[in-house]
Amino acid sequence: MNIVVLVKQVPDTWSERTLRPSDSTLDRDAADAVPNELDEYAIEEGLRLQEAHGGEVTIVSMGPEKATDVIRKALSMGADKAVHVTDEALRGSDGLVTSAVLASVLGRTGFDIVILGSESTDARMGTMAAMLAERLGVPQLSFASKVETDGSAITIHRQADYGYDTVEAALPAVVSVVEKINEPRYPSFKGIMAAKKKPVETLALTDLGLDAGQAGLAASATEVVSFAKRPPRAAGEIVADDGDGGTKAAEFLAARKFI
Amino acid sequence: MAEILVLAEHDGESVKKVTTELLTLARGFGEPSVVWTGPGADGGQARLAEFGAATVYVADSADYDDYVVAPKAELLAQLVADKTPAAVLVAATSEGREIAARLAVKTGSGILTDVTGLSEGLVGEQSIFGGAITVQSRVRTGTPIIAVRPNAVSPEPAAGAAALEPVSFQVSDAAKNTRVTGRVVAERGERPELTEASIVVSGGRGLGAGENFALIEQLADSLGAAVGASRAATDAGWYPHQFQVGQTGKTVSPQLYMAIGISGAIQHRAGMQTSKTIMVVNKDPEAPIFELADFGVVGDLFKVVPQLIEEIGKRSEG
Repeated sequence: MNIVVLVKQVPDTWSERTLRPSDSTLDRDAADAVPNELDEYAIEEGLRLQEAHGGEVTIVSMGPEKATDVIRKALSMGADKAVHVTDEALRGSDGLVTSAVLASVLGRTGFDIVILGSESTDARMGTMAAMLAERLGVPQLSFASKVETDGSAITIHRQADYGYDTVEAALPAVVSVVEKINEPRYPSFKGIMAAKKKPVETLALTDLGLDAGQAGLAASATEVVSFAKRPPRAAGEIVADDGDGGTKAAEFLAARKFI
Repeated sequence: MAEILVLAEHDGESVKKVTTELLTLARGFGEPSVVWTGPGADGGQARLAEFGAATVYVADSADYDDYVVAPKAELLAQLVADKTPAAVLVAATSEGREIAARLAVKTGSGILTDVTGLSEGLVGEQSIFGGAITVQSRVRTGTPIIAVRPNAVSPEPAAGAAALEPVSFQVSDAAKNTRVTGRVVAERGERPELTEASIVVSGGRGLGAGENFALIEQLADSLGAAVGASRAATDAGWYPHQFQVGQTGKTVSPQLYMAIGISGAIQHRAGMQTSKTIMVVNKDPEAPIFELADFGVVGDLFKVVPQLIEEIGKRSEG
């Protein structure tokens, strides 16, 4: 089975994230770069499918040179090889442009199944699986909390507000996963050593037959007009419970007309 | 006046609150027309009229529920081509975003997700990085496709005709490649949906055990609220995953958010920071969640919450 897992390098949620004043794109220098958390669940699911069905797991990542760190981490978990799309012209690409570039890479690698996290912790759009399925003309099996396949048909539990739907399709397909799906493995020492020797193909836009005008900030269908730090919330009233904390809380709710 | 398409969220009988919010927002920029997929438009019509829908395009086919997302996007693409609306508004639910995403690819249009308000020129306001930064963005290519965060706009009535207009549209075979074969609805009793609720009561690590979520449910029910949970609580299996509020769960912005026994890690704050009023109960005075609190009680939740429930009960009787 040809399994492709998409991973994204994101700014660490725990560090201070901001945008660059010059062009309103992500300030990558301001925050530590880490793998997008949900992508680790995608990698794990890819490895489990490989264990059950054989084949190869290929990591695909689009991002700056520094993204090699998250690619190595994915390889150290057990993936076989990677493709890294990196090009200065990609900076500031919106979701629509990113999906076009990734679809083009997937055309090159081929796939039986493409797995990704259901959203990234930076942009949080939750749209990439849908965009890729639309571009590639294959089934969209998104928000999966469970995946089962016999190698030709695939069934998932699609997580929803009300519970879940059981959804069926035929491979090849795009699958996005939620964190409930599995427990990602930690890279072993052996895995970390082996990852250093695994092949990583680096592609620029021209390698994909795309030119700079089709990517980046300039080609994006959306633009940031302005941004500002959210003003801090005004300090609230904090009381210690002296046996009447619940009563005081009720008084607050009444004063604000919630009860 | 320019037409604005609003995709209705409904349960086959009645319209969800978020659709009335979308209509309210749309009215500021043109004449809203609702797109209704599947059955039940007759039932929803009155409420759509109450919130100013001029026309309701009705595409009554089981295909929209039987297949994942693609049929709805295909229908909207056809309507965008036929009506050339000034914008398309959808609810920023997981499905709404996906419909918007496919529509964006189909029409070569820009998409804004999780918009909390719109200003002149359809500039959308978004709250990013866990609420740390407010961004104003706009679509500059194609028909603006805007996914609006539920609860961000207060619905205000304004009369409209809501004339039902059947749309004859045949969903393509290509859009039927992902079939829904079953639905499992988790028990949440009579409680409102998490992202739509005007009050959310969430429990976290401080509850100590799954069975103690009964206390959170009791408090929620006394207020007609939805129940949420922190990641620590869902990871521990104390409460189902779909109720998780936070970076890897739901983003909510209710009128009132109550964080009970939740320390307030950034992962959680990212999902609730834009709530209008925040109340906190936690025994640790150093818990970062207190930084967000409009009102906080430092104390044992197992003492404070039962007393609060009792007080709410007394007041509702009186």
